[in-house]
Amino acid sequence: MNAALLPGATPNDKDFLLAVEALTVSFDGFKAVNDVSFYVDPDEIRVIIGPNGAGKTTVLDLICGRTKATSGSIKYRGQELTRLSESAIVQAGVGRKFQTPSIYDDLTVFENLEISFPRGRTVFGALTFTRDAEVRDRIHQIAEMIFLKDHLDARAEYLSHGQKQWLEIGMLLIQDPELLMLDEPVAGMSVAERKKTAELLHQIIKGRSVLVIEHDMKFVEDIAHRVTVLHQGRVLSEGSMERVKNDPKVVEVYLGH
Amino acid sequence: MKLPTVNDNPFMKPMEWLSLLVLAALILVVLPLALDGFRLNLVGKYLTYAFVALGLVICWGYCGILSLGQGVFFGLGGYCMAMYLKLEASSVENTKIQSTPGIPDFMDWNQVTALPWFWKPFHSLPLTLIAVVAVPTLFAFVVGAAMFKRRVGGTYFAIITQAVAAILTILIIGQQGYTGGINGITDLRTLHGWDIRTDSAKSILYFVNGGLLIACILIAQYVKRSKLGRILVAMRDKEDRVRFSGYSVASFKIFAFCLAAAFAAVGGAMFTLQVGFMSPSFVGIVPSIEMVIYTAVGGRLSLFGAVYGTLLVNWAKTSFSESFPELWLFGLGALFIAVVLAFPNGLAGIWRQHVEPRLPGRAKPPAAPTVLPHGAPAE
Repeated sequence: MNAALLPGATPNDKDFLLAVEALTVSFDGFKAVNDVSFYVDPDEIRVIIGPNGAGKTTVLDLICGRTKATSGSIKYRGQELTRLSESAIVQAGVGRKFQTPSIYDDLTVFENLEISFPRGRTVFGALTFTRDAEVRDRIHQIAEMIFLKDHLDARAEYLSHGQKQWLEIGMLLIQDPELLMLDEPVAGMSVAERKKTAELLHQIIKGRSVLVIEHDMKFVEDIAHRVTVLHQGRVLSEGSMERVKNDPKVVEVYLGH
Repeated sequence: MKLPTVNDNPFMKPMEWLSLLVLAALILVVLPLALDGFRLNLVGKYLTYAFVALGLVICWGYCGILSLGQGVFFGLGGYCMAMYLKLEASSVENTKIQSTPGIPDFMDWNQVTALPWFWKPFHSLPLTLIAVVAVPTLFAFVVGAAMFKRRVGGTYFAIITQAVAAILTILIIGQQGYTGGINGITDLRTLHGWDIRTDSAKSILYFVNGGLLIACILIAQYVKRSKLGRILVAMRDKEDRVRFSGYSVASFKIFAFCLAAAFAAVGGAMFTLQVGFMSPSFVGIVPSIEMVIYTAVGGRLSLFGAVYGTLLVNWAKTSFSESFPELWLFGLGALFIAVVLAFPNGLAGIWRQHVEPRLPGRAKPPAAPTVLPHGAPAE
């Protein structure tokens, strides 16, 4: 499912899995994201931190196509994402978990996972899609990982908040994206759920690039290869957690509080 | 590992097979035995509306697109059929008293002297049968693509479909010389030489209609239980999220809308054949809304409910308007409001909640009926 490199891509673009350059979006003159550039390597875990309103979620919205950029470019494996539709971006290999659990309430856990299975995504493909052994095995495997194997028949509506979060992580997992974007994956969870989720995330981030928004500093320190700090729509600082923590600018606007 | 039952995804559950059997027996055996020719023809006419209701179950119930213009597709299908029948009835011999023999009578009355180009394909029966389905489906595709690609939905879409219904009605009435105007296309006689006005033809057409309806139910059932059906439900609930599962929402909506249009078109063509004419009064806003009410009364999530809802409302309409013609529209409106407020899942919901649990051999009550997240029809 990984998109091949476009013929026009320069070798420079290939080095990064994701290259965000001079990205700007303006809502009625208010620049929620202003001239943001950063680069994500293959297999890198990048955490975006910053105070409320810094534009973190907007950056993810821009990458996954939910919001259209005013200017700037987002290149994923050399492919310009700003011109693609949301579904084409997903098909290119970018997966996104939303801040609030975003699952299909009217469907069962099994069906939620099945819909996310990366096959039969056209109208005709969906009409002729069959639940073969491959699909079933994969769903059972994922259900086991996300602690929901006994709930496959349950309507997603009746799951607890934490279980819904896991289901959404499972839906992403079955999609098998190369770039995984997580927006506050442990927010609103109980301590026990948080611990289980952290374990789960550790398991699933192996072998892919991950872009995470998170406020839990312990969690960030635990997983981040590099950290990007956003403030008022701009990149304030970037580097290892150690470096960022000791950056006086960051301490002043964010960590100091 | 415990394998949950959800894995077997049968084409139809035993209860659904039973429902189909009961419906087929009712339409194809009980009603023909119980009713005289006139009443049976009337039921046949009602059943042509059931095609529209069936399409609305997929389009509105499952996909959440409320179309208030299904009469457009019913009418287009009906007009395509009527054009063929009219041309056959307008042979040179039959129309020799006209100033231009060989063209439909209403054209002659309107000083049209040659058959317009878009009438010409309707000399051929195969082309007509293709056009009956293709013309309305293509039209639905164009309207659907224009709206859904721009992410127009909900109430706005409903209003636009109403506007389309109004525009088409005005167009048909205004272009009298080409369409027969407000009278429609009347005086239809034969289908490929076979007189459709006789009693035997009418009963044969009734059975063809019933068979087609059951075929459409099976098609709808296939769509409903395929992954596409579940994507439609997912879209109704969280359209945005479906995009991030990698699906083009617009394409799926266009499909659902086109399927509903194709069903409606088949119904329209069967209407023309059984009733013997087609007129703009089946295209406009009022009939389109009535068709939505059939679906709402039957239950917008139930294919069988849609058929029963259509039969029930039409039976009520016929018996009611015989005695109190001026009150019928009020009654219909009240019925719609009552159903939406009190029984959002219509007859099918009442059946599932109150009748099915009491049936013998059902130890445990069935799963909670799917109540739509939004009560308002325009959501």
